[in-house]
Amino acid sequence: MAAKTLTIDGKQISAEEGASVLQAASEAGITIPTLCHLEGVYDVGACRLCLIEVKGIPKLLPACTTKVAEGMEVSTDSERLRKYRRMTLELLFAERNHVCAVCVANGHCELQTLAYSLGMDHVRYDYNFPKWGVDTTHRLFGMDHNRCILCARCVRTCWHVEGAGTKNVAGRGSKSKIISDLNQPWGHSESCTECGKCVMSCPTGALFRKGSTVGESERDRTKLEFIVTAREKKQWNA
Amino acid sequence: MERLKIATVWLGGCAGCHMSFLDLDEFLIDLAGKIELVYSPIADVKEYPEGVDVCLIEGAVCNEDNLELIHKIRARTKVLVSFGDCAVTANVPAMRNQLGLDNAESVLQCAYVTNAQYNPVKPKEDGIVPPLLEKVQPVHAVVHVEYFLPGCPPPADRIKALMVQVLEGKTPKLEGTQLKFG
Amino acid sequence: MTLNDLFQIKETELFARKKIVLRCCMAAGCMSSNSKGVKEQLEKAVIDAGLQNDIEVRGVGCMKLCCEGPLVQADPQEALFVKVTEKNAPSILTAIKGGKTDVTQADPHSAFFTKQLSIVLANSGVVDPERIESYITQDGYQALHDVLTEMTPKDVVETMVKSGLRGRGGAGFPTGIKWGTVAKSPGAKKYVICNADEGDPGAFMDRSVLESDPHSVLEGMAIAAYAVGADQGFIYVRAEYPLAIARLQTAIKQAKIMGLLGAGIFETPFHFNVDIRIGAGAFVCGEETALMMSVEGKRGTPRPRPPFPAESGLFGCPTLLNNVETFANVPAIYRNGAEWFANIGTEKSKGTKVFALAGKIKNTGLIEVPMGTPLRTIVEEMGGGAPDGGQIKAVQTGGPSGGCIPAEHLDTPVDYESLGKLGSIMGSGGMIVMDESTRMVDVARFFMEFCMDESCGKCIPCRAGTVQMHNLLEKILQRKATARDLALLEELCDMVRNTSLCGLGQTAPNPTLSTLRFFRNEYEALLQPDAHGPRSTQTETTTK
Repeated sequence: MAAKTLTIDGKQISAEEGASVLQAASEAGITIPTLCHLEGVYDVGACRLCLIEVKGIPKLLPACTTKVAEGMEVSTDSERLRKYRRMTLELLFAERNHVCAVCVANGHCELQTLAYSLGMDHVRYDYNFPKWGVDTTHRLFGMDHNRCILCARCVRTCWHVEGAGTKNVAGRGSKSKIISDLNQPWGHSESCTECGKCVMSCPTGALFRKGSTVGESERDRTKLEFIVTAREKKQWNA
Repeated sequence: MERLKIATVWLGGCAGCHMSFLDLDEFLIDLAGKIELVYSPIADVKEYPEGVDVCLIEGAVCNEDNLELIHKIRARTKVLVSFGDCAVTANVPAMRNQLGLDNAESVLQCAYVTNAQYNPVKPKEDGIVPPLLEKVQPVHAVVHVEYFLPGCPPPADRIKALMVQVLEGKTPKLEGTQLKFG
Repeated sequence: MTLNDLFQIKETELFARKKIVLRCCMAAGCMSSNSKGVKEQLEKAVIDAGLQNDIEVRGVGCMKLCCEGPLVQADPQEALFVKVTEKNAPSILTAIKGGKTDVTQADPHSAFFTKQLSIVLANSGVVDPERIESYITQDGYQALHDVLTEMTPKDVVETMVKSGLRGRGGAGFPTGIKWGTVAKSPGAKKYVICNADEGDPGAFMDRSVLESDPHSVLEGMAIAAYAVGADQGFIYVRAEYPLAIARLQTAIKQAKIMGLLGAGIFETPFHFNVDIRIGAGAFVCGEETALMMSVEGKRGTPRPRPPFPAESGLFGCPTLLNNVETFANVPAIYRNGAEWFANIGTEKSKGTKVFALAGKIKNTGLIEVPMGTPLRTIVEEMGGGAPDGGQIKAVQTGGPSGGCIPAEHLDTPVDYESLGKLGSIMGSGGMIVMDESTRMVDVARFFMEFCMDESCGKCIPCRAGTVQMHNLLEKILQRKATARDLALLEELCDMVRNTSLCGLGQTAPNPTLSTLRFFRNEYEALLQPDAHGPRSTQTETTTK
């Protein structure tokens, strides 16, 4: 495998050909914020938090779907990028009803963590306060649409790790919604295998185990990676 | 040196932020030496005074009293600090906003009539019980706010970090987990 | 099918041609004002008068002056009858014989027509779109023959590069370079897709082309397929265009029967099939990667590029995607040569552009003008200016991705670069004229609402950003906003434009930005004083 040498934030690193900038950065100990990326499933470049500046390219590029190239000069943490990221988070917090104080994921939430690590101390936009329901029809799990950021990690996990294809996105724009099967109550889904991988993949408190209360939703994402590595590389690295 | 005139107010919230303020323990004694507490739920002052330096605002803007008071506070105060998640995000009090435009009536109906064990009646007393606003709002959606202190409630050390900087005359800077919501 | 067969068909057609042809518009615009009834009455009147051998009543495509429909034009008299009704249609027969008629006539030599240069619309309003013979009579499919029998795919690409044609879907990417990239991409299977998902409010150029001259698009696609090495084409057309779909289906069927689509076209080894895929009403499916997802039967959402469709497109294969108007230009380029085409237009924008002229203007309809024509010529001479003596305030081009060009810039030539400099875009060809009664903040809000509703929801800046920008525009219109809100709006415009995943989000702020650029006073007039805003003393607070 050919190696590529590139600079990320002034640091010279080398990465395998075909690797994404996000991967390369992470291996070099540089964290690029992201919400839709999840180890083990393919990237979609949807959350726009991992946008980076590449010298010579006028457009911002998502680190997760941009491949490393020889001599590439990447900047991941400019003032402009930080501002855009904070705005993206503000937009998310204003979009649905994210009430950290009463959320199962409080303290373990990627959205919450990103908000404070990027210095978002308040939201300048009007909150939408939409009316979204909670689907608690499933025997083991619940889905609170109020907390969903539509990263579609659960959809990708359900289709490509579990292979059940229960989860999907319906609707358009801000009315988009994660659904089960053909928009049935989750509990009525015939395809759901109750594996719980979607719950593991969720960055917020949108998907949760029933019975867990505020702050109890800790997730072990390494399990997904473990399964994918085992399947694809025949390596069981527990 | 003149002492800073500090006020704290309690709008639509659970008073948890003020409880957390009291958790400042011995720092409260330090504070007492440096500030003058001119208005607060824990001070017996009826009218919000003029010329306040800093006001910590707990709670969201939920009813007409809150609304009137916050405008008065803004007019009479140099620096407003949104104190805790209800002030910063409208938090739990704003969950009624999801119920649509008649949400105020529906929550009153639910709390005081449907679920009442005794004497089911909606509280209404003109001039005493302030009517609820159509929509609960964070403080900065109504008036300009200088600083934000998130947390539900903000832990005492976070309050202290902010107060120390304010007392030193600095623009308070909080970062990392000190900005955590919830 | 051979070249001789084509000539044979043409000859037979010309031989059978009657002395007088009454061309009756059967495109969607005129049909909505009952041109079908008009045509039936004309046919009946011809039979009643026993003139079947002298007069042909031909259903044709769009005759451009849509505001005056239903239109009927008589050859060789050139007389153009407008607003024809079932009742007065028969008197057209009297008129063409020199008698009197109460049917209003329009001047076919007015500036609206004479300033036009038809390449894409050359057959529109002339041929019967439901008869392939009619297209062949206009030398249709000869270019395909010549390309297949006399040129190598490489020559075909080179000719396209030389012609200077740029994509007519809006972005203006050089067509020849795109073809060359697909041709060079390795892969046993390649696709050609025609993007007929025209969705800009007020735009109906592509619909008219498909309804009026579907074979020119098919021929263009076949030539492109040969150039890039594809054997399968798809036309992605929106379900809201039932007539266009029906005529395409007829055209494909006829072309297959004649051996102009399918295996061994013109007795060469080249084979090419075209199928129709019908969109389900999502504007975002006009974006190429979303369109391909939709063709694959998946949820129509865009994906990041690279990889570009030319390398990895439909089903992962190299795919050429062009717009209807782009393909419709192709046969003429190979019939007349690259130099001929390159001589039309400006240095960087070659050829012509079709616009759908709409809004506060006397003559609405379809126009095709050489690139570089000043907007003033289009709006004032051809369009006849604002109705009822009104003043034109602005011209909107590029739909929800474009901008408003104020009246003082009407001398701007219409080409990709000049419109870009004014913060607008060529777009697919919607041109909406606005007069003094139009409030520009309203225009911005309208387009923002459109983008908000049409956002696919995949990326956050577009999904949630359009909602907030729309909120802010509403707030301004309700006179509840302050200067701080306007600043928030401008900041969001910048952020959404730079961070959105696809063109929809990246261009959604354009109408707002362009109205802010030229009509900022209209925004500011609506702002309220910020009574509870930041206090001037705030910086020196706590330092006592």
